[in-house]
Amino acid sequence: MAGTELLRRTMMFVPGNNPGLIKDAGIFGADSIMFDLEDAVSLAEKDAARYLVYQALQRFDYGEAELVVRINGLDTPFYQNDIKAMVKAGIDVIRLPKTESAEMVADLEKLVAAAEEEFGRPVGSTHLMAAIESAKGVVNANEIAAASDRMIGIALSAEDYTTDMKTHRYPDGQELLYARNVILHAARAAGVAAFDTVFTNLDDEEGFIRETELIHQLGFDGKSVINPRQIPLVNQVYQPSKQEILNAQNVMAAIEEAQRRGSGVIAINGQMVDRPVVMRAERVMNLAKANHLVNQEGQYIEE
Amino acid sequence: MEIKKTALAGTLESSDIQIMLSQGQGKIEFSLVSDVAKQFGDQIKATIEKVLAAYQIDDALVKVVDQGALDPVIEARAITVCQRALDLVDQPQWEVL
Repeated sequence: MAGTELLRRTMMFVPGNNPGLIKDAGIFGADSIMFDLEDAVSLAEKDAARYLVYQALQRFDYGEAELVVRINGLDTPFYQNDIKAMVKAGIDVIRLPKTESAEMVADLEKLVAAAEEEFGRPVGSTHLMAAIESAKGVVNANEIAAASDRMIGIALSAEDYTTDMKTHRYPDGQELLYARNVILHAARAAGVAAFDTVFTNLDDEEGFIRETELIHQLGFDGKSVINPRQIPLVNQVYQPSKQEILNAQNVMAAIEEAQRRGSGVIAINGQMVDRPVVMRAERVMNLAKANHLVNQEGQYIEE
Repeated sequence: MEIKKTALAGTLESSDIQIMLSQGQGKIEFSLVSDVAKQFGDQIKATIEKVLAAYQIDDALVKVVDQGALDPVIEARAITVCQRALDLVDQPQWEVL
């Protein structure tokens, strides 16, 4: 799969036809920035948003953030031109809305590959992700997550999903429990990232943190955010504790020690350290660095 | 190319620019409103002229209301208004982008 161990704690939605928000999108520290050509853009402005995002991708500096574009769906007249424009612009990831089957991803992949050839982009350089927004999408999550080598992740989109399920969103999120677990398992089985849905009530900070803690506990890579204010809150939830960092440092030190001795066996205090522990330690150190809790040498920075 | 219809692109929101393109009288004529016209007026016009030239438009009235748009925004709005004025909304001219 295309996904390396990038941190994807936050994916910030940016309306595709708003120059003020687009030019500033890079300054809030989102791990991924998702420019929206779909629901955030009115029908009469689809062309304008496409050119605006195209120019922004070419010329604004978004630092290290992974750049994603949500294109219009397969059933719209904008789909093909969105793909061409975004591939030509060199987007990192195209996000397909309302994905219900592996064929939809395969169709997208064909058009993306053709656009890469047409515009002289390296074939395979454009990654894909799928938003799952219906019961059918959840039922087919496994095949969708594994539909292409270009896939980097799948995301739950709860507004459409809950409508499709004849319910709506509740504060405790019980109505999303099945979909979240299915999407998470499909993502992990396919080796791609799992993104949780947005939390739309900006005034309910407590509810936002509660929901973020839940999806962090489940194992999601991160959450979609609709406002920069939500980014530090997510990062706070994903921040490892001092004890976790110290443990991880011990594991990393043991790995170095084992490598120095030319030994394949890693041990701490005579106890063997197995692979899941190593992977978790690497992830903790990755998160600690992103939260500026350790310095460049990986040493814990005391408060 | 000849302008088929009067077209408008962009909004009057901050950081945006609104460009209206209509048939001219034999040449490119500008009317520009911008708080930063003194410093950036020539640059704004130059960016729009570059896009007009790429679409081979040499006869147009260009009405511009700038709200502090950066160059990539100006270029994007200019492309949009040209595509619309030439009745090419569904056929992006990829070589211009």
